[in-house]
Amino acid sequence: MAKVRIPTPLQKLAENQAELEVSGTSVKEVLANLEAKYPGFQERLYDDKGQLRRFINFYVNEEDIRFADGEATILKEDDELSIVPAIAGG
Amino acid sequence: MSFVKGLQCRECKHGYEVAPIHVCEFCFGPLEVVYDYEAISKVLTKEKILSRPPNMWRYQELMPLDQEPTVGREVGYTPLIRADRLAKVLGVKELYIKNDAVNYPTLSFKDRVVSVAISKAKEFGFKTVGCASTGNLANSVAANAASAGLESFIFIPHDLEQGKVLGTLVFKTNLIGIKGNYDEVNRLCSEIAAKYQWAFVNINIRPFYAEGSKAMAYEIVEQLGWKTPQHIISPMAGGSLITKLWKAFKEMETLGLIKKNTARVYGAQATGCSPITTAVKKGSELFEPQRPNTICKSLAIGNPADGFYAARVMRDSGGWGEDVSDEEIIEAMKLLASTEGIFAETAGGVTLGVAKKLIEQGRLPKDESIVLCITGNGLKTQEVLLGKCGEPQIIEAKIRQFDELYEKMGA
Ligand SMILES: Cc1ncc(COP(=O)(O)O)c(C=O)c1O
Ligand SMILES: [Zn+2]
Repeated sequence: MAKVRIPTPLQKLAENQAELEVSGTSVKEVLANLEAKYPGFQERLYDDKGQLRRFINFYVNEEDIRFADGEATILKEDDELSIVPAIAGG
Repeated sequence: MSFVKGLQCRECKHGYEVAPIHVCEFCFGPLEVVYDYEAISKVLTKEKILSRPPNMWRYQELMPLDQEPTVGREVGYTPLIRADRLAKVLGVKELYIKNDAVNYPTLSFKDRVVSVAISKAKEFGFKTVGCASTGNLANSVAANAASAGLESFIFIPHDLEQGKVLGTLVFKTNLIGIKGNYDEVNRLCSEIAAKYQWAFVNINIRPFYAEGSKAMAYEIVEQLGWKTPQHIISPMAGGSLITKLWKAFKEMETLGLIKKNTARVYGAQATGCSPITTAVKKGSELFEPQRPNTICKSLAIGNPADGFYAARVMRDSGGWGEDVSDEEIIEAMKLLASTEGIFAETAGGVTLGVAKKLIEQGRLPKDESIVLCITGNGLKTQEVLLGKCGEPQIIEAKIRQFDELYEKMGA
């Protein structure tokens, strides 16, 4: 089971929980299982070409998955997957 | 009196009421302020603008406030200077510098965005403001929060320049240094912003904050005699400034303040942190985040939130993106100082260094008008020049010693 941290705008989809336990061994698998449990996530997280939306960042244990293997990034037991909307800089 | 119609998702166009929110609930796209341009065009004339005091609020109707600004009334209207001595070195005919290194009160273009953000935060009724910053935003939020009597929490990478750290602490803020780079600061701050009910200027106040940058472009157009420059070069960190410069030029055309927006927009980064220029050069819409490694800490954002739009502005306007090494940044800082008497921070070195490179590549023509956006002050990033500008000659207070020295200097 991986811990998935849900950003505020999506907590409504998951009975207002900020953190969920979801099974799966890769980011892709965990997100698919999340969808099975709480329908609606897929549509928010993926664009109509089936790509992860460009304005959301995914981190496994604080590491941007684009520095790892993207959606194929492995998740071990108790790893944490955070879903974070992009924010401006300065 | 406000001309704001509401907020709108830049991606799926879903509309929202004005509120301290920043992402679309449906697609996570960034929210943007939408105005009633028809109503603005009826009241905002050149005569009206010219009759107002010289600060960015000359363009108040194009800023997202409901009331008069309460923070940073004096911000903006920085000099646009014709830079003939620098032009000669670069071999171009018509070169200008928009000098936001002397912006009020903290010497960077961030004073523009912060005056809007904190005025808006006060309208919303917040008592505490915050930001994640690469330095300049920290200085400006701390200063403007102090003058507004608000409490502030500011988060920075722990290893910023002395001038930026001290230039924040002096305002008696709560400054938190994070062991990590800016992108890690940002990730933490989005969690903090979700938990604490503060006005984070670059998170929940971002749609309003970002609008402040537009004033830099309005002023350039006015100072050039109501026309866009043919070419403009802007530094990029998150990519917000460059995106808003373009929006501002287009708005001026919509409002009839200029005939046509013909500007080509060029983005500048340090090679050690160049996710946006790399994507532009590759012609790619996909960004590879980077782990920054450059002396230009103010621009060291490896995962730029507005990078996608910044790249599109360069493409749509017919501009380009380029980056320069740390050595080129230092050379450019010295060149700007020695030809025009302007001491810019590292980001200014990036902008000028890239301009020089684009001229050498033939991408910037030599006989058309070029504006360089100088956005921050060199007094804040002095350590990068330590030992790189020579040393003072130390002598005793005796005329003989000076005579000898003078002779030795061969002047
Ligand atoms: C001096 C300076 N110039 C330019 C920028 C770029 O701003 P943006 O994040 O809007 O691209 C920054 C951002 O921190 C800055 O400090
Ligand atoms: Zn949307």
